[in-house]
Amino acid sequence: MSIAYFPGCTLSTKATGYDVSGRAVAKALGMPLEELPEWQCCGATFPLATENSMALIAPTRLLAQVQKSGGKVTTLCAICFHVLRRSQNFLETHPEMLERINWFTEEPYDGKATVTHFLEILRDEITWKGLSEKVTNPLKGLKVAPYYGCLLLRPPAEIKLDDPENPTILHDCLKALGCEVIDFPYQSECCGSYLAVSKPELPGKLAAEILASARRHNAQALVTACPLCQFNLDYPQRPEHQVLNGNEIPVLYFTQLMAVALNLEPDLWGMDKHYIDPKPLFEKYQVSATSNI
Amino acid sequence: MIERALVIGAGIAGIQAALDIANSGYEVVLVEKEPSIGGHMAQLSETFPTLDCSQCILTPRTVEVGHHEKIRLYTYSEIESIQKDSNDGDFNVTIRRRAAYIDWDKCTGCGACQEKCPFKVESIFERGIGPRKVVYTLSPQAVPNKPVIDAENCRYLQSLWDIQAGRIPAVDKNGNPAKPKCGACLKFCPTEAIDFEQKDSLIEEKVGAIIVATGYDLFPQNRLPEYGGGKIPDVVDGLAFERLLAASGPTAGKVLRPSDGKPPLEVVFIQCSGSRDPERGVPYCSKICCMYTAKQAILYKHRIPQGQAYVFYIDVRAGGKGYEEFLNRAQEEDGVVYLRGKVSKLFREGDKIIVKGADTLSNRTVEIAADMVVLATAVIPRATSRKIAEMLNLEMDENGFFTASNEELEPVVSAEPRIFLAGTGLGPKDIPETVAQASGAAAKVLSMFQREKVTA
Repeated sequence: MSIAYFPGCTLSTKATGYDVSGRAVAKALGMPLEELPEWQCCGATFPLATENSMALIAPTRLLAQVQKSGGKVTTLCAICFHVLRRSQNFLETHPEMLERINWFTEEPYDGKATVTHFLEILRDEITWKGLSEKVTNPLKGLKVAPYYGCLLLRPPAEIKLDDPENPTILHDCLKALGCEVIDFPYQSECCGSYLAVSKPELPGKLAAEILASARRHNAQALVTACPLCQFNLDYPQRPEHQVLNGNEIPVLYFTQLMAVALNLEPDLWGMDKHYIDPKPLFEKYQVSATSNI
Repeated sequence: MIERALVIGAGIAGIQAALDIANSGYEVVLVEKEPSIGGHMAQLSETFPTLDCSQCILTPRTVEVGHHEKIRLYTYSEIESIQKDSNDGDFNVTIRRRAAYIDWDKCTGCGACQEKCPFKVESIFERGIGPRKVVYTLSPQAVPNKPVIDAENCRYLQSLWDIQAGRIPAVDKNGNPAKPKCGACLKFCPTEAIDFEQKDSLIEEKVGAIIVATGYDLFPQNRLPEYGGGKIPDVVDGLAFERLLAASGPTAGKVLRPSDGKPPLEVVFIQCSGSRDPERGVPYCSKICCMYTAKQAILYKHRIPQGQAYVFYIDVRAGGKGYEEFLNRAQEEDGVVYLRGKVSKLFREGDKIIVKGADTLSNRTVEIAADMVVLATAVIPRATSRKIAEMLNLEMDENGFFTASNEELEPVVSAEPRIFLAGTGLGPKDIPETVAQASGAAAKVLSMFQREKVTA
């Protein structure tokens, strides 16, 4: 059974590693991701202005595409997920707005699409038990700290993915892969988000706190589901920034760890675009035997 | 009309109402679900703004209740049912007296059973700060000073019931009949008052008027996950901090933090924890927190002068006689730092609690590495008050507080005839206001009884 997939802009450019590993693990789990035949930007932020019809056009157009592809879509990018799920909630509860937007789009949207994050597919359809049964290369002894950020969880009343204060969905996923999961207090702090663009020095400061706390808790890697979190935590660790002074921590996507644990080919791990190279962590987990795929 | 009143709840409101009625010569039936009377006031260290010892000003009243010839006191008891008599409008009340497994007529209150009981459990009265024995009274000043046995945690009772129900073989492998375990209290009680065969008993009382004084609870910490959700031992609520400050408390009044018993040198108080938060907590102001937080900060400074207290607040509400002055004293004399803003999050890092908040007056974020955090959690109605409301057909507001028939002009009169209301069951309020309401409710009952006499 395949599932409609919306990659989004970042996963097609900066975060191709997330995309490559995500598609590979989904296929290995027997639920391949079927890219939407036509898609554009999700809108990148959920509009909070009182008059938000313009900003809702992009997500509405996307949801109309989802409707054509079976009515259910999954994303890997936490931001795309956030924007699409909230837009979906909004359109469902504001039929007058939906009607208005439908005047402007070429194909009308019925307001009934389902937006999921791939983590939800893992939790609810494949299940953690099902996932752990597929793990052939368990990441025993690898100390990883899940980092949730905010957009994947908040606002909880609309996103409804997990407890915003004490989330466990990434923990559960990583446990299923055999990792030693480290709980650290900064797991749902803000990474700086789009301030990376307007105030580039700020995310570095926030990242330094988050990374230092993860280090104090002996994490070997941070694991996230958001390409912006990944960037904001990874980029400031470049040597010239001296954030951790030689104590750098690679920041990975959960799908990359899944790719290793499911024993997929290393070129499907998608680990080439990191500022802090995560590959050395996996030397001892590298299994040369034939992959699942 | 029978000239006898039922008072439900023996906190300070119920005590005051009962005494006012009884001292006017009428009979009172006073029902309390805890083993002894005094309610939350018995848990407090000192009262604001006078810093009187709470136990010391309460005890004369609890003792008076205990000895009063006109008051029939039923502790460890709950209202089972209330039926209105359609002929005379009186109430037929059934009270369930829970089995204490101790014959209180024989018991002298010597305390031997408590001393000898080998098992300790967490005490609800001590708010998790200290333990109690399985045979217990709430405090050394308890009225009545008669212990109860907590059946759920009693080795003897549990094993006795296991034998009786056949879950344990009636005969052991040596052919001897199986005996219940422990029984220390049974052995050491000098008056043979321990009675493991005791059962709950039902008592019937007929009354002509009712005062409902069921009181309050605190908003549970597990509904504040951003403040640790009750899982960080050194993040406590206001009542727990009272027990730390109280001379009769588990630490004998020394401020020692629960996790490691060290004196905390930086303490952060967070007001409005759950209050004034319509989305996630309760929408209303809990009214007492500003003042008791100031009091706790002052008392903390008196116990640990080298320590530093911080208070996060939305705004300070100090409407009351001497209240504003008390608050100024906290800031000026005791150097308590007030920060206007909310705490967004706190977490444990090593042996510190990192408190992340905002100071909206200096427009900066604040981070404090605290040793202990005290949450001024919202005042909420007792969970059991709903049951009482259903029995008596009383109105409640959307927050579960009782509503008076006219909140402005008849604040202690319910919409049901002959039923009156007092105390924090109506909404958050401090001790003076609670006592005033209780006396008001008692006066309403008395004038009703008196009118009956005049017109009869």
